[in-house]
Amino acid sequence: MNTFYKKYIPYLFLLPAIVMLVIFFFVPFFQTIILSFYDYSKDIYSPFFAGIENYKMLFSNKEFYQTLFNTFMFLIMVVPVLAILPLVVAIFINQKIKGINIYKVLIYLPVVVSIVVVAIAFKWLYSQEGILNYIIEFLGISPIGWLTDTKFAMLSVAIVTIYKGIGYYMMIYLSALIGVPKDLYEATEVDGANEFVKHLTVTIPHLMPVIALVVTISSISALKVFAEIYVMTKGGPLNSTKTIVYYIYERAFENLDLSMAATASVVLLAVIMIFSIINITFFENKRYKL
Amino acid sequence: MIKKFLKGFSVHSFLIIMSFLSLFPFIWLISTALKGIDENIFQYPPYFIPKQFTWENFTGVWKQIPFLLYFLNSFVVALFTVILNLIFSSLAAYPLARMEFKGRNFIFCLVLATIMIPFQAIMLPVYLIVLKLHLVDSYGLVCGYLGLILPFAVNAFGIFLMRQAFLTIPKEMEEAAFVDGCSVFNIWKKILLPMTAPTLAVLAIFTFIGSWGEFLWPSIVLTNKSLYTLPVGVNDLQGMFSANWRYIAAGSIISIIPIIIFFIVMQKYFVSGQNEGAVKG
Repeated sequence: MNTFYKKYIPYLFLLPAIVMLVIFFFVPFFQTIILSFYDYSKDIYSPFFAGIENYKMLFSNKEFYQTLFNTFMFLIMVVPVLAILPLVVAIFINQKIKGINIYKVLIYLPVVVSIVVVAIAFKWLYSQEGILNYIIEFLGISPIGWLTDTKFAMLSVAIVTIYKGIGYYMMIYLSALIGVPKDLYEATEVDGANEFVKHLTVTIPHLMPVIALVVTISSISALKVFAEIYVMTKGGPLNSTKTIVYYIYERAFENLDLSMAATASVVLLAVIMIFSIINITFFENKRYKL
Repeated sequence: MIKKFLKGFSVHSFLIIMSFLSLFPFIWLISTALKGIDENIFQYPPYFIPKQFTWENFTGVWKQIPFLLYFLNSFVVALFTVILNLIFSSLAAYPLARMEFKGRNFIFCLVLATIMIPFQAIMLPVYLIVLKLHLVDSYGLVCGYLGLILPFAVNAFGIFLMRQAFLTIPKEMEEAAFVDGCSVFNIWKKILLPMTAPTLAVLAIFTFIGSWGEFLWPSIVLTNKSLYTLPVGVNDLQGMFSANWRYIAAGSIISIIPIIIFFIVMQKYFVSGQNEGAVKG
């Protein structure tokens, strides 16, 4: 293309966005790393260089290991369900039947509602004398301390995250389902396969890349879970729902322990960057190609 | 024929169950909020239709919580976050989509790299920066708003979304406009922006939803209750009415009315199936 613009023009267009990204992404990014090598615990106003002491301290901290374990458990609970259930819903919804739009709107609704309200609604469902305990008692199971029993609290939080995510991932699957060639289905229909076999042999293999995409993006958002926990359990009972972001929040903004907060942040950064790089290079490379 | 009927029946049954589960937490909140003061909201077995139907919980919580103020705060923050995102993203996307210049690859990678940096991992330094720039509510209303808006004023997803939209426009359009004496800025404003209006709308709507629901950042920076956004204000209900679930439920329902209306009006943008990836993950 002939250049019909002056040399500096591209930079002018980029300037506002780059300035914002530098101030609110790159400077904080490097500052997080720098903070993790300084000791703020003696005097918050005159930190001193501590080398890898903060890392040693963090990795000898039992509570931190528990938060890592909790975060991992949360991911294990949430990601498989969010990879499969929305796909099933999307297959059901991808039909030419009446009222499909109403179903879409209703199932998508929790996505647009603030997570704070969703978490409050579930806290109410989960209460000791609440409706969920009534239902399971009706089914012959003794009542559960959904948010007060260390065995169940994380699962209860995971249910909220799954509930809020179904509609979002359903829409991703729906737009992928449009791309599955119709003649593939016709071939299986000739063979007399039923609906279940049809989707198992055609839809699922065809959607494998999208399923993998959903696995990585739902993993990344599972690693970042915060609001559900803040609203419902505050990390309790006995730290059983304390995840890594909650730990960072608590260290940084409640205990003013900048060193540990920054060090834990670096760990979070490293983990999420791995997932993001997988995501960008394998699943979303088309969108980010130069 | 029977097979077809059975198929339709099972599809509808499954989707009705999913829709019901999706609404259930809200239905139960509404039911609780409408129950009278003499009713036992913990009664076994639970029941949905209030026996002493009342609006009192709604009016009571409305009197004690400045919902209109929270709503206004959320709206101002979301509106300006949207405007800045639209301007900054579409400006930055133009050279990345169309122009050859030194450092193009570098800047491209720089923008791409920010996708990998989760806000939760850098929020502590962001907070320190915002403090240093005096963008917190203790310096006044405008500073408080700016502190809520600016950290989210641009994000890489928006830039890439706009870049993709620009890539679909034929280059001949711009060249013809240039021959007619149109400046580069005017080409951007008068040709590219109008032609990508649908993408701008998608970006606007999803940025709006994201900003509207944001909880972590406002709960960190806000100290002054008169700047509370809806999510922070709603979370506060729990502390204010610790055991009064009628009020908490009523307040929660009030707080979601605006976004539900917005969602229903704009539903085609949400459920059309063409906006995959427009929201941050």
